[in-house]
Amino acid sequence: MTTTPQAVRRASPRARRTVTPPDPARSLLPDAEPVRLLAENGTPLPARADYPEPPAEVLRELYRRMVLGRRFDTQATALTKQGRLAVYPSSRGQEACQVGAVLAVRDTDWVFPTYRESMALVARGIDPVEVLTLLRGDWHCGYDPTEVHTAPQCTPLATQCVHAAGLAHGEAYQGRDTVALAFIGDGATSEGDFHEGINFAAVFKAPVVFFVQNNKYAISVPLSRQTAAPSLAYKGVGYGVPSEQVDGNDPVAVLAVLTRAVAHARAGKGPFLVEAHTYRMEPHTNADDATRYRDSAEVDAWRDRDPVARLETYLRARGVLDDAAVAEITEQAEAYAADLRTRMNEQPTVDPLSLFDHVYAEPTPQLIEQREQVRAELAAAHAEEGDA
Amino acid sequence: MATTMAKALNTALADALAADDRVVVFGEDVGALGGVFRITDGLQARFGENRCFDTPLAEAGIVGFAVGMAMSGLRPVVEMQFDAFAYPAFEQIASHVAKLRNRTRGTLSVPIVIRVPYAGGIGGVEHHCDSSEAYYAHTPGLKVVTPATVDDAYSLLREAIEDPDPVVFMEPKKLYFASAEASLPTRNEPFGRAVVRRPGRDATLVAYGPAVPVALEAAEAAREEGWDLEVVDVRTIVPFDDETITASVRRTGRCVVIQEAPGFAGVGAEIAARVQERCFHALHAPVLRVAGLDIPYPAPMLEHTHLPGVDRVLDAVARLQWDDQPDARWAAA
Repeated sequence: MTTTPQAVRRASPRARRTVTPPDPARSLLPDAEPVRLLAENGTPLPARADYPEPPAEVLRELYRRMVLGRRFDTQATALTKQGRLAVYPSSRGQEACQVGAVLAVRDTDWVFPTYRESMALVARGIDPVEVLTLLRGDWHCGYDPTEVHTAPQCTPLATQCVHAAGLAHGEAYQGRDTVALAFIGDGATSEGDFHEGINFAAVFKAPVVFFVQNNKYAISVPLSRQTAAPSLAYKGVGYGVPSEQVDGNDPVAVLAVLTRAVAHARAGKGPFLVEAHTYRMEPHTNADDATRYRDSAEVDAWRDRDPVARLETYLRARGVLDDAAVAEITEQAEAYAADLRTRMNEQPTVDPLSLFDHVYAEPTPQLIEQREQVRAELAAAHAEEGDA
Repeated sequence: MATTMAKALNTALADALAADDRVVVFGEDVGALGGVFRITDGLQARFGENRCFDTPLAEAGIVGFAVGMAMSGLRPVVEMQFDAFAYPAFEQIASHVAKLRNRTRGTLSVPIVIRVPYAGGIGGVEHHCDSSEAYYAHTPGLKVVTPATVDDAYSLLREAIEDPDPVVFMEPKKLYFASAEASLPTRNEPFGRAVVRRPGRDATLVAYGPAVPVALEAAEAAREEGWDLEVVDVRTIVPFDDETITASVRRTGRCVVIQEAPGFAGVGAEIAARVQERCFHALHAPVLRVAGLDIPYPAPMLEHTHLPGVDRVLDAVARLQWDDQPDARWAAA
C-alpha cells in the first residue's frame, strides 16, 4: 500500500507539533527585490530602518562626485576617439555604483578595482592622469597603491577577489580594522576565483565587501548565460555569506546598502556580498560594437533610469541642491575635464630602459645584459637620427 | 649530524617563523597533519593556528590569499601539495605573483614562497610526479629555486623566505627522505650561484634538483671508463648563474645537461643554448641533453624507462666526440 503524505500526517499527530528549527540560510538571503530608496523619477520611497538614508551633506557630495565622474568618463571616451588612450572601458550609467561604493569606505580601507572602475578611482581622489596611465598605453598602473590603498586595476577576471580576502585577513592578523572592497562584474562571477575569494573570506571571517555591478553584459554575453540563480546576490548563501541586492541606479540605496555592508565587515562579522542591478550604457570598450547584441530600445529604457538625474531631482526637492549649486558643480566638472584634456594632450615621456627596473627588486645578470643591449640599440638609433 | 631534506626544510620553516613574526605558513593539510610529506610537522603546535594553518582546498585561492596577505605586509609561505595540483594557481602566479612589482613600479612587492614538491622517482600515481619548473622559469618576475642537497634545502628555503621577490621553491620529492650529514642552521652560496659539486677535467655535467644525484653517480661510474667528469648543481634556475657554468665548460670543453623533465622546450634546452652561445670556441662537441621522455609522466611500473638514469648519462658522455667522428645518432639517413 502506498502511503500518501496526508496519510502519514493523519496517522502521526505528533508530527504536527514538531517545531521546525530556524533555517540558518534564511538570514543570509537577500531581499527578493533590490533595495530601493528613490523611485526612478527621484521621488523618495518609504524609509527603511535597516538601510537608513545617508546624511544630506554626504548625498550632496555623492552627487558632486557623480557629476565629476560622468564628466571624467565622457572625457576619457573622447580622448580615446582622439587616439590619446589605447582603450577605455566606460562605466557611464553606473555612476551610483562607482561613486557610492568608494564613498562607503575610508581612505585607510583597501579597494580592489577592475578595469571598469576608473570612475570609482577618481571618485576616491586619485589623480585622473594616474588612473588613465595604463589605458594610455604605459606599462604600469600609474598610482602608488600603498599610498591610496587601492590595488592596480585588475584585468584578469575575479582574481582580485582572493587578494581582497588575503589582504583583509592579513590586516586583521596585524590588529588593524581595515575593510577590503572588491569590485567585480556579473560575468566574472562565473570565474573560479570569485568563488574561492568569497569562500576564503567566509572561512577566515575576513572583512571583505564583495560588490557585484551587474550591468547585464559580459562584453556581449547576457546574464542568462552566466547564471541560473534567481540573482547574483543569491551566491552568498552557499558560502555562509550574507548578501543583499540593490537598485544600482539608485545612488541613495547603493550608498545605504554598502554602508551597512562595510559596517558588518568592520564589526568582525565576516564578508558581505552586494549585487547592484545597473546597466552599461556604452559598449564594453571603444573597440566593441554593442549593436550586434542589444537593441537600442533596451538602452533607451535604461536612459530613463539615469542615476545622476534621479539624485539631482531628489536633492532639489529636498532643498539640498538648487540651480546655483548645480551650476557650480557643473562648472567644477568642466574645469576638471579641461585640466584632464590639457594634461592628457601632453605627450608622455617613456623610457624603454625603465622596463628592466622592477621585474625583480634587483635585476638579474641576464636583465642587466639585455638592458645594455637595448641601451646600445637606442644609442645607435639616436646616432642615425643625428646623421639624417 | 645525519638528517634528511624533509627535516632540513621543516627546520628552515621553524627557524623562519621564529625569526620573523611576518612569516605565515599555510596550505592544504599543513596544520595538524604536518603536510602529506610532513614538511610542516609540529609547526602549528609550536607557533599557533594563526601562523601555520589549513585553508580551503583551492590552490588559486591559496596563492591569491598569499598575494593579499603579502600586500598587507606579511611574508606567506604556501604549500602546493603536489606539482600537478599547483596548476589551478597558475593564473595567480603568472598574472599577479610574477607581475605585481612591475605593474606598480616597485611600490607593491609579493615576497611569498610557493613550495612545490615535484618530480618523480617515488612510484607516484598520475598527476603526482610532474616536473613543472619550466612553466615558472619561463615567467619573468619569479625566482625558481631547487635544492639537491640537505644543507642547501635549509639554506635556500631560508633565503627564499627572506627574499624580496616571489620564489617558486621546487622540492625534489625523491630526495625528501635521503639522509646526509648536515649541521643546521647553515647558510650556503646565495641565489644566483651554481656550485661545482664534483670537480673534473674531461666534461661538465650540468644538473639541478633530482638530476644532481644522478649526475654524481654517473660521474663516479665514468671513472671506470677513464672519464673525469665535473658536476655543476644549478641550484637557482632563476636567477641563473651563467658565470660558473660557462667557466666550467670552457675548462672541460664538453657539456651534458641533465634534467628529469621532458626535454622539449625545457630548462635544459635553455642551459644548452646558453652554454653553446658562450662557449662555442671552447667546445669540442655539441652540448647534449639527457632528459625525461616527451611523454606524460608514466605509471609507477614504467617510470624508470622515463627517468634519465646513469646509463643514459654515460651514453651521452660517450657521444661527446672523443674520436672526432660524426655522432651516429644524427648521421644523415
